[in-house]
Amino acid sequence: MSNISIGVDVGGTFTDFLMIDTERREFRVAKVPTTVDDRARGFMQGLAELGVDFEAIDWLVHGTTAGTNAVLERKGARCGLITTRGFRDVLELGRRTRPYAYGLSGTFEALIPRELRLEVRERMDAAGRVVEPLNEDDVRAAVKKLLEMDVESVVIHFLHSYANDTHEKRCAEIVRSLWPNKNVVAGHEIIREMREFERGSTAAIHGAIRPIVARYIERVADELAKKGFRKELLVMQANGGMMAASVVGEHAVHTVMSGPAGGVLAASAIAKAAGFPNIITGDMGGTSYDVAVIVNGEPVITAEKDLAYGVPLRIPMIDMSTVGAGGGSIARIDAAGMLRVGPESAGSFPGPIGYGRGGTEPTITDANLLLGRINPTSITGSDAPAPLDKIASILEEKIGRHLGLDVVASAAAILDIAVNELAGAIRLISIEKGHNPRDFALMPFGGAGPLHAVAIARELGIPHVLVPRFPGLTSALGCILADVRHDFVQTVNLPLASLDPKEIDSIFARQVEEGRALLAREKVEVKEIVTRHEADLLYRGQSHVIRLPVESPGFDPQKVGERFAQHYIDRFGISLAEMSPMLVNVRTTVIGVRERIDLSLFRPQVTTDVNEARTGRRKVYFNGEWVETDIYRRDLLPAGAQFEGPAIVEQMDATLVVDPGARCRVDDFGNILIEVNGFNAAG
Amino acid sequence: MAMDPVLLTVIEKGLQQVCTEMDLVHEKTAFSPVISEAFDRSNGIYALEDGSMIAQGELALPIFIGVMQETTRSVIQARNDLDDGDVILVNDPYFGGTHLMDVKMVRPFYYRGEHWCYLSNTGHWPDTGGMVPGGFNSTATEIHQEGLRIPPVKLCRRGEIDKEILSLVLANIRVADERIGDIKAHLGALEAGARRLTALLDRYGKETVEEAIAELRRRSEKMMRAHIETIPDGTYSSVAYLDSDGVVNEPLEVRLEVTVKGSDITFDFSKSSPPCAGPLNSVWATTLSAVYGAMKHIFPDVPMNSGCFAPIHVKEPRGTFLYAEYPRPVAGCAAEVSQRIMEAVFLALAEAIPDRLFAAPAGTSGNISIGGYDPEEKRHYIMYYFSGGGYGGWWRGDGISNGCSTIGISKSQPVEILEQRYPIIFDEFSLREGSGGAGKYRGGFGVRYRARILRGEGKASFLMEHGRFGPPGILGGKPGAPNVIRICQGGKIVQPEHISKGEGFVLKPGDWIEVETPGGGGYGDPAERDPVLIERDRIRGYYPDPSNPPAADQT
Repeated sequence: MSNISIGVDVGGTFTDFLMIDTERREFRVAKVPTTVDDRARGFMQGLAELGVDFEAIDWLVHGTTAGTNAVLERKGARCGLITTRGFRDVLELGRRTRPYAYGLSGTFEALIPRELRLEVRERMDAAGRVVEPLNEDDVRAAVKKLLEMDVESVVIHFLHSYANDTHEKRCAEIVRSLWPNKNVVAGHEIIREMREFERGSTAAIHGAIRPIVARYIERVADELAKKGFRKELLVMQANGGMMAASVVGEHAVHTVMSGPAGGVLAASAIAKAAGFPNIITGDMGGTSYDVAVIVNGEPVITAEKDLAYGVPLRIPMIDMSTVGAGGGSIARIDAAGMLRVGPESAGSFPGPIGYGRGGTEPTITDANLLLGRINPTSITGSDAPAPLDKIASILEEKIGRHLGLDVVASAAAILDIAVNELAGAIRLISIEKGHNPRDFALMPFGGAGPLHAVAIARELGIPHVLVPRFPGLTSALGCILADVRHDFVQTVNLPLASLDPKEIDSIFARQVEEGRALLAREKVEVKEIVTRHEADLLYRGQSHVIRLPVESPGFDPQKVGERFAQHYIDRFGISLAEMSPMLVNVRTTVIGVRERIDLSLFRPQVTTDVNEARTGRRKVYFNGEWVETDIYRRDLLPAGAQFEGPAIVEQMDATLVVDPGARCRVDDFGNILIEVNGFNAAG
Repeated sequence: MAMDPVLLTVIEKGLQQVCTEMDLVHEKTAFSPVISEAFDRSNGIYALEDGSMIAQGELALPIFIGVMQETTRSVIQARNDLDDGDVILVNDPYFGGTHLMDVKMVRPFYYRGEHWCYLSNTGHWPDTGGMVPGGFNSTATEIHQEGLRIPPVKLCRRGEIDKEILSLVLANIRVADERIGDIKAHLGALEAGARRLTALLDRYGKETVEEAIAELRRRSEKMMRAHIETIPDGTYSSVAYLDSDGVVNEPLEVRLEVTVKGSDITFDFSKSSPPCAGPLNSVWATTLSAVYGAMKHIFPDVPMNSGCFAPIHVKEPRGTFLYAEYPRPVAGCAAEVSQRIMEAVFLALAEAIPDRLFAAPAGTSGNISIGGYDPEEKRHYIMYYFSGGGYGGWWRGDGISNGCSTIGISKSQPVEILEQRYPIIFDEFSLREGSGGAGKYRGGFGVRYRARILRGEGKASFLMEHGRFGPPGILGGKPGAPNVIRICQGGKIVQPEHISKGEGFVLKPGDWIEVETPGGGGYGDPAERDPVLIERDRIRGYYPDPSNPPAADQT
């Protein structure tokens, strides 16, 4: 049926392209600098580089950071808020926090400024009963005032709208009748979950980016149509699914953080195909390291992220934790004389010293260059070789002198500390999710991920590292592998023992219906539609919910309660039989499953011998000494090739460092599988 | 250099992670919303000899910085009969503690059969008995009215919970059935810590870890000393006022003289008010911890271990309300008095190092508790609510609005959740206009909220502060607006006699309470404020009445 799929991920620095032709079992890749002034230009440019006839493209899926950046930089659309009387300041007050645990400085700007936040008379109680009816004159007056103030979008956010949405609905109707416009959104249309600040913030993010994201996607879709593209453009979401460009406006908030989500999705699919359903992913870029824990080949979806200080986002997203250590992280000596790495970053400009763009702070990338781990003559985006002398003199001055170490030992110390920090972060993240990292394989990706994966795995006692064929293009691959997906949530908040199971079944049924209707509107060819139901549970009196899969129709509170109790014992070793379990939220996911892409097309087609892939040797510093190390070219490594560390594998988008003692094999999917302790060592 | 610098950092982080893991287990499994939602807990590793801090979780509340090592130290002094698997339970404030609600557990940690250190934690229980539900009374005159006082007793003997002790404790507190969950959370956290610490010692070796701990202490001390040296030598003084002790309606004074000499700093509170009749006394551990916490707020980058306390000297303020002894009541010490002590530290040092300081923050936990019976749900309830207030303007910007108390890091509960759980409804939860103290950088704003009782009868207690005087500004900045409480009973509005404190206000359906929390003090002369910011504030309606700048003094 389908043959040509293209995934495009627009990142902060580079835009990545991956084309897969399933019929011919071919793929092509491209990487172009992101055109920040007009992202659509870079998009079209990169597509042209792939050399594909637009008419022949069957699937074109796009991941974009346009929304994320607009929020972080407070460059969103001018957005007005209509809210319950007495509560206009919820977005500004948050939940009584401060930016840092210690220190009372710092500032915060609300997503919607105060003058654009207006109140109307209306009120629901927690059970969804009307306390004060909606005053429609107030609404009209508010709309008039907001329009006078030139807003581009309007957010309606009423208390307890998750329990009863009639006021929000009616208000939206009035706003839309007075201002017929797509940029009007009511909070319950985005999420139906209690917590007014979090729900309001999510709606405000949506309001602020909807015009921007919709405009951008429309522009790209237009350009594509002009060039002859005949299918529907698809857009990546943070939940690891995609949606049609035609509905992106009403779901704009779901594009936030979609790039990294695509990467995790691809990583889990690759690992599952390769026989590793349980992995921890480590996506290392220039400024950060994103960690996700994948169990049974399925990324975990969460809805508890903060996009930034005071900006919670409660849409379902692939669960990832960010650690502030990337290639650009700066090493320094603190006032106590301790070596620290990050969280400050040299970013992509000026970037590390080695990039030769004026960087003067020693970074993780510089340490890698100095120790021979990264090839100094192939810096992405630069023709000149890395200035190793300059790196050495700065390392000496800023690090070595203070620690009594020579330049090489200083560089090694920076990497040791970074590895330790990353491993520690992974350990805590796994524990928080209730897992032991030793039960997982590590999949590094991102340009810098494979540089430290073996060392991190050893630190954690993880036996296997699986390096995908294109570590630097994983997000683009995620776009190609994604299904069409929509998530729904409804707060219930009732004790399991006393609720009516039929009531719950009917909520689930409504959510399924809504999802199917949306899929139908999107007109995307899907093989089948799968629905999943989950429940968020806690014991009365607690705050943290546990999410478990449940069945519907036929929701059985008693069975769910038993499973919850068992989960608690498994996870925390605690039995709380005397407590009353509560059903907090019910969730439904509706997935339009696409034809699966056979990942074995990444199996290297080269028939070269492993020795031919070995293109050279250089001295690389491992464990206190310089070791003559084999350098391999990734694209020349055949399937089944085996080699041992120490080794370096170079490719266009990443460098892999294989520490001494580790053994590698190229599998049938083009991955490099590394036994970090050699083949004989036990996990 | 004696120690490999990489290993040193690695062990530092390793110890830190043990504590973080304990904090996480504690928080995720706790029933007390004060622990799970407000993070009112702390976990750490303490030295074998004297209980001094080796490492403590950074996710914990600032108030516990110095408390936990005092608790552990007191336990070491009192009990020399501890075996592997024993866990001591204690909440006695005079015993290295805070208020009764902060229940501590101390577990001797044995490494390969040898007693190596202590693991301790503390968690805020929603109730420990006493005259008011929740424990935040404002009128007690002796500790016995405040709740169950637990001396250091063995809750666990060689890994087994002592059911007799347990039943004695549970029989003396409200909503006891949920507390067994909290006790398990405490114990689970200690167990997680023991497991991880064993792994760390196995990996790096006992001697190396001990060497690293000693070196880390030296490093922290060196760093704290380097910071103190940036403060010009001299003596700086300040006064911070508490509205009243809840019993005698007169202000209490925290009088501080700070002397900086080289890299040592000495805090002398000896001229402060004498011990008070009501529950606004502070015990020594809390006073000490408040000073440490304030220093950490001013110099946040110093890694926490006992080394960073070495150059900080606090004279024991015997004979003042900051050194309470049995049977003085202390319910307000952790949440309120400690914040006034911090404020005194900030104010005293503001003139010495203005480029590192902020004007006074709201500095109150703004505690309100309503206890009652909900006839619709047919159950008793205790609602706690802690509110935030404005932070002071600082050296480069305006203060944050609705910031957390300086001794806490907890979020306040959402209105929607409070209304789900309790028979109340909020008419308003808004930014308190005009409350930020004027200045070159103005204070952040407090909050105004009004909550109405829907069903049944409830009783409200308030334990707040800064009602008499607003949080002071510095360097010419104006004070923020003071705290205001209004209670409407049967259509009649009353205010507590003690301005920011009071208890037993009976609320019937339709009655309401309204609270306006303090704004932060201003930083620098208001005349120097950037006109662009003044215009922005005007457009946002922050100061609706320009002729009436934030009030300074309500006395």
